[in-house]
Amino acid sequence: MAVETNPAVEVKNLSRTFGTFEALKNLSLAVRPGETLAIFGHNGAGKTTLLKILSTVMKPTGGEIYYGGLSIAADAENIRRRLGVVSHRSFLYSSLTAYDNLVFYSRLYDVAGYETRIKHLLNQLGLRSRMYDKVGTFSRGMSQRLAIARALLHRPEIVLMDEPESGLDSSAMDTLWQLMREDCRTIIFTHHNLERGFQAASRVVIMARGRMFFCPDIKCSPGELEKAYASSLETA
Amino acid sequence: MREIAKAFTIAAKDVLTEIRTREIISSVVVFAVLVIVIFNFAFGSNQQAAGLVAPGIIWVTFAFAGILSLNRSFILEKEEDCIEGLMVAPISRESIYLGKFFGNLFFILLIQAIVIPVFSLLFNVGFFNIELVLITVMASVGFASVGTLFAAMAVSTRARELVLPVLFFPVITPVIIAAVNASAAILDGGVLSSITQWLGIIGAFDVIFLVASYLIFCFIIEE
Repeated sequence: MAVETNPAVEVKNLSRTFGTFEALKNLSLAVRPGETLAIFGHNGAGKTTLLKILSTVMKPTGGEIYYGGLSIAADAENIRRRLGVVSHRSFLYSSLTAYDNLVFYSRLYDVAGYETRIKHLLNQLGLRSRMYDKVGTFSRGMSQRLAIARALLHRPEIVLMDEPESGLDSSAMDTLWQLMREDCRTIIFTHHNLERGFQAASRVVIMARGRMFFCPDIKCSPGELEKAYASSLETA
Repeated sequence: MREIAKAFTIAAKDVLTEIRTREIISSVVVFAVLVIVIFNFAFGSNQQAAGLVAPGIIWVTFAFAGILSLNRSFILEKEEDCIEGLMVAPISRESIYLGKFFGNLFFILLIQAIVIPVFSLLFNVGFFNIELVLITVMASVGFASVGTLFAAMAVSTRARELVLPVLFFPVITPVIIAAVNASAAILDGGVLSSITQWLGIIGAFDVIFLVASYLIFCFIIEE
């Protein structure tokens, strides 16, 4: 007998409007535990809005979201404990050092033994030698690496990432995916590069004009993805 | 209790940021001292007039200095969308409000602690007694409670430096009036019982606006 498990993330009829503009229109999506889902779409397709709503930063106009069966509307604080978020921006304070920033977030997330965890992550991401430098002196790529460390501090079960590779060099990109795959995490990420995103994902979907345009149940072939993406651009 | 602990973590981060940058305290203290020095020159030779206007001068100075400090507190969170970093953390929106409130209250009190001795020296008024400390702390709670909420609202607007005073001053006026009158009564030789009605106004304002701001804050940052 097959064991039924709740999807790690389930989105039902999600909508979000800004004034008269509909950024998301009745969008539905289910992500299985351990899945790495890549979301592609043209500019303005609604990818960032979707991730902001999933990360509880923004409230939807309509629809429901469940994390492992728990409703985001009823249990947001507990759900946030299980989430790691990497955004376009780093969420880091430029006048504090890398270490200060990570200590601050560790305290917010109640990370036990955070000193060891911080040093481990900074080692992995090649930032150990700069841990006492102010984040304001970091390059874009270094800030992005530190943002990844921040997102993984509390060992989240689910990671949401908006263009996670922006500013990273190729070795940092490899480290990023190696760190992400530890602990069999569920990952949802957006990417502007079809090839790179396809490589990292175990399933891909395409959004267009606030809707799920292409949402196969299993990983499609690169050819199918390219064809679907080209069609999505025509509707944009 | 956990909410308060998280709020203190946020406030401690603001204090650490200030220690690293010294942006708020240095600029606000210089501004406040300059205002007091200018008023001192204006009333310098007339000790009687200076004594009469002293309570008004100190509270107007605190109000303007407070605006500068409050404005800065959320600009810090807007850079690199740090406010979103707080919003995705497993803490309530109310904890974020309390954290920023505690941080702002600390800075306002610190600025007052630096500026009051300068004021006392230049205007030759004794500001160091328990009644005046009580008035100052209570009025500062009112400043910080309303100011934190309005600073969060103003930071998302383009003209935030203008928006905050326009929102803040009309609402905080009862506190300024009560604080000026209470301070004047004490400087005039009054005792605590003579200012209870003014303290009552400030206390009621503090409770109402602290509770209201605490409850409204989540709608402000989520929209």
